[in-house]
Amino acid sequence: MTLLPVLPVLVPLTTAVLSVALMRRSGWRTAVSVLGAALLLAAGVVLLTTVWQDGTMAVEIGSWPAPFGIVLVADPLSALMVVVTGAMGLAVAIYAIGDINGLNARHGFHAFFHLLLAGVAGGFLTGDLFNLYVWFEVSLIASFALLVCGGNKEQLAGAVKYAVLNLVATTLLLMAIGLLYGQTGTLNMADLSVRVAEVENPALLEAVALLMLLALGIKAALFPVFFWLPASYHTPPVSVTAIFSALLTKFGVYVILRLYSLVFPPEVFSLHPILTVVAVATMVAGVLGAAAQNEIRRILSFHIVSQIGYLILGLALFTPLALLGTVFYMVHNIVAKTALFLVGGIAERETGTSHLSRLGGLYRSRPRLALLFLLPALALAGLPPLSGFWAKFVLLKASLEVGSYGAALAVLAVGAVTLFSMMKIWNEVFWKAAPAEGPAADDTGARPATLAMFGAAAAVAMGTVVLGVWAEPLMTLAERTAGELINPEPYLRAVMGGRP
Amino acid sequence: MDFLFAILVGALVAGAVYLLLDRNLIRILFGLALLAGAANLTVFAGGRVIGLSPPVIAPGAVAASETAANALPQALVLTAIVIGMGLMIFFLTLAWRVFAAFRTLDTDALGAAETGTRPSPGTKGGNA
Repeated sequence: MTLLPVLPVLVPLTTAVLSVALMRRSGWRTAVSVLGAALLLAAGVVLLTTVWQDGTMAVEIGSWPAPFGIVLVADPLSALMVVVTGAMGLAVAIYAIGDINGLNARHGFHAFFHLLLAGVAGGFLTGDLFNLYVWFEVSLIASFALLVCGGNKEQLAGAVKYAVLNLVATTLLLMAIGLLYGQTGTLNMADLSVRVAEVENPALLEAVALLMLLALGIKAALFPVFFWLPASYHTPPVSVTAIFSALLTKFGVYVILRLYSLVFPPEVFSLHPILTVVAVATMVAGVLGAAAQNEIRRILSFHIVSQIGYLILGLALFTPLALLGTVFYMVHNIVAKTALFLVGGIAERETGTSHLSRLGGLYRSRPRLALLFLLPALALAGLPPLSGFWAKFVLLKASLEVGSYGAALAVLAVGAVTLFSMMKIWNEVFWKAAPAEGPAADDTGARPATLAMFGAAAAVAMGTVVLGVWAEPLMTLAERTAGELINPEPYLRAVMGGRP
Repeated sequence: MDFLFAILVGALVAGAVYLLLDRNLIRILFGLALLAGAANLTVFAGGRVIGLSPPVIAPGAVAASETAANALPQALVLTAIVIGMGLMIFFLTLAWRVFAAFRTLDTDALGAAETGTRPSPGTKGGNA
């Protein structure tokens, strides 16, 4: 089983290649796509159970020993993120059966979808900094192609903003990696965590760490560089938006978590308080932006930004409880947001519009859809017994324990405004009566949603309920993950094998 | 030598930021290209590539000589150049599609997709 960490990268790559080969046969291509996503989920689950039982494992690619070659490391956090990637990939692949029409699929939606999954899975599992940059670029190119899949004017405009800002981010990341290599002489993350203590000029190291935080902050949509996200996420088809919201920003957050606990822990990087300010500002800016929007997907895009703030807050506090909160919040948030986007997509598909002023009355005409919206919406806002409540409660308790009262106030206040925003969507889309005037000029035609779309959205929405009611397993896993983030001994041992 | 590299990278980044803030889409692309060049030079300089002999082990010796060039940053820069080339090709095609759809390269015209409003009066087509 020593090649197990390679599987989550190999399976989606193979699926992508097969999807290109099957570009003419839509039935086979869809089946291969769904099967590939299911295999990715299975590989992730096997990886997670193996890591849970046997501890962190590392694979040396090409059998080159650790600081010189590239290693793939599966620790509880990586394996958990791979499982969530597989689960959301499967849900969106099933949803895309109904959502992606023949034209988009012929232009390679499925191939780029699985390339995105491969890039993200590779990034989660890699233990080498430059390999991480390469996986960032793989997922970036795949996301470019998915963003313009379809090619209408809005998508092109959104793609330009997304492309420019993300290219600047990856170029800055490359600069920071080059400077870090120059100071420490290694690219292996485990080796770096040992070598950063021996750098002769710690101030330079902090400068490099800040540059890296800026680059990763652009990718993870932190304040004040998150504006590319609401400008571009609402333009492509709903399947694309859903998988972006599940994976892309969380990829950035994962890398920030990994680097700022393993390579730049608070002992080395004394600017962790900056992270607190950035986290609170992100939460507030995101939710205020959401409160001002009038279109379902733009509201949800701003909420992505706001929830990222919660994740970074856990990292900024850097206690075991806070990191537990971040890990739990990450899983909860991915599931809840994907559910919201999928349900919003069904609402948009069935009525032909996503503007709040032109929607209405869906509670009466589609009560099951209303329920499927209400559950993840309340989970996002943090009502018990759904998953968001536990996540916010842990973060609140962690910030109170540390004495960070401003952060605690922000957690509560932003949760309240999130609830307001979710209720705004509920009122406008589901509760109020349908508006009298007919379809407007830019409405797409209303078509019924297929069973695949409904089934996928229902499954993910039920996921938030399951995570909330049955939170114990995830809490235990998050606790162990947080422990290994604060004390990275198992990671170092798995990679370096006891070598100096 | 390192000082010259630093000045050069600084000048490239300054030029890149100036171009990235322009309205014309092609100037933004040039800015991205300059920024990528600056990043590659940074990796180059950080890796201390400047050496006097190639990174090979001479016959009979056990390790490379003291003055051998550092091979790893060269591999990193090669990878980054190729990745940058692929991304530039995509961005150029995107710019061409934007021109075909909007009939202008002025990025102010792209803002309408976000807010649904017209660009502010006084902005004409892109300045080529």
